Amino acid sequence: MAVAELSLVRQPRRVALGWAFFERQANLWKRFWAWELVWLLYGLVNTLSITFIANEAAKSGAVRAAQQPRLTMFLLIGTLVWAYLSAVLEDMSLTIMWERWEGTIEHTLMSPVPRVVHLVGMSVFGVLHAFVRTSLVLACSLPFFHLELAGADWGAAAAVVVVGSASLVGLGILASILPMLYPERGEQMSFMVQALVLLVSGVYYSVNVLPGWLQVASFVSPATYLLRGTRDALLDHAGFGAEAGVLGTLAVFGAVLVPLSLVAFGIAERWAKKTGRLKRQG
Amino acid sequence: MNITGSQQPLPLEVEALSKSFKVGPARGLSVPSRRRATRAALAGVSFRVHAGEIYGVLGSNGSGKSTLVRILSTLLLPDEGSVRVFGYDAVRQAASVRPLLNRVSVDPSFFKPMSAMENLLFFGRVYGLSRADVRRASTAILERLGLDGEHAREPMLHLSRGQQQKVAVARAFLSAPRLLLLDEPTTGLDPRSKREVQSFVAEARRDQGVTVLLTTHDMSEAEHLCDRVAFLSAGKLVAEGTPLELRKLVAGSRPVDEVGMEDVFIELTGRSIEDDEEAEAS
Repeated sequence: MAVAELSLVRQPRRVALGWAFFERQANLWKRFWAWELVWLLYGLVNTLSITFIANEAAKSGAVRAAQQPRLTMFLLIGTLVWAYLSAVLEDMSLTIMWERWEGTIEHTLMSPVPRVVHLVGMSVFGVLHAFVRTSLVLACSLPFFHLELAGADWGAAAAVVVVGSASLVGLGILASILPMLYPERGEQMSFMVQALVLLVSGVYYSVNVLPGWLQVASFVSPATYLLRGTRDALLDHAGFGAEAGVLGTLAVFGAVLVPLSLVAFGIAERWAKKTGRLKRQG
Repeated sequence: MNITGSQQPLPLEVEALSKSFKVGPARGLSVPSRRRATRAALAGVSFRVHAGEIYGVLGSNGSGKSTLVRILSTLLLPDEGSVRVFGYDAVRQAASVRPLLNRVSVDPSFFKPMSAMENLLFFGRVYGLSRADVRRASTAILERLGLDGEHAREPMLHLSRGQQQKVAVARAFLSAPRLLLLDEPTTGLDPRSKREVQSFVAEARRDQGVTVLLTTHDMSEAEHLCDRVAFLSAGKLVAEGTPLELRKLVAGSRPVDEVGMEDVFIELTGRSIEDDEEAEAS
């Protein structure tokens, strides 16, 4: 049995421990500010390219001119929410992949930080990083379109994004399992997960247009509700009352996905330790 | 040094430790197949390390030294046997073990784009140290190891292999571990850097009473630093004792002064140091 003095291990505040991961991410990304500019430009070009489809649709007569602003807004919300969601997922999986390649994951995992603090600390940076990048893309996109934003409920939209972000954190942690177990192919595998979410969640179209079996899949994607809630608030001026259902659903997704992803990460970590997969490769 | 028979839990007790890995090419997503052969990395290894002792583990490449260090670091789960660190079970009570130990691996793993100080800040803070404590302790350790503040501010990418290894030593000592695991810490270092690291380890044992488990290929390092040495061969511990005891064991009818640790290594592992260096190079 351990003597009493040895049980007096330091119990630093969890917030401070989590902040260490946030700070590390910030230090890493600031070294790659030029890449940030590249991704910002790419995000802007992607957003404009897709949203201009609304102009083409109106010009070609595919939609009536009166419908163009709504279609523009519909596509703009889709591209921005998708940019936000994919940035969160990529941030998480890229960080774990980075740790695998540098070999630091062994030092991170042997440190006395509870896994929940480690992953949530990383996620908070990922969410804020994605939010800032997406906001900049939005700000740069606005001058290109004539948008009718009068009546849009920005508060309700923000609430949907905030509540929905919890489920994105869960998805991000799940996505980060793949590069931990498969450093060579894990990131590509997490892109496959993203692609499925893109297909079924109604990013550029309503989920109603999907075949029946894919519509079933859309029900289990939190991105479906994140997109629906944001569009309802900004396009149809839905307030907090009208958004209660979406907010509740997203809260349930968050409440399930975050603990589920932590358990899954724990199982994957144990398997990696059983099979010796944490050893540096490459 | 405090090598006594008191009731205090020992820094390290290893009992009948075994670990095997699947070998050979994996298929598909690298999920281990039952058909793949297994190789025993460790087979029933037992030893005890006393408080304040520097205990050397020597063996040829592939003898199981790094596997042993990974298990002690809570990064690998053994198939059989037990590891107790200051009385805590390294598998079932890993969270209690982690604050008590730290590790230097043969490969200094860092976030290479970040500066040495940024890396140390992260790795110190995940052990619950404040920013000020990390800066103060890092500066002192790095200066002792011959690295000035300018080096600490440079990205790790710009530091030589030896300088990176010194930062790795600083990282391990930052958390004031009670048990330090040094996995070939001086491999690849120039003679001066090697001597600086060895002196620092000896000093830390003398001044702070830290217990050290050291794996090395350097026979003079083992003889100079270690109180006792164990030889691993094909995953089995084949001999244990003070360097003098082991030289006597191998000497037979020869005068013990004519037997060096290299002779002991060859006799006990059936390999020469050159064999190992060639195997490492190939």
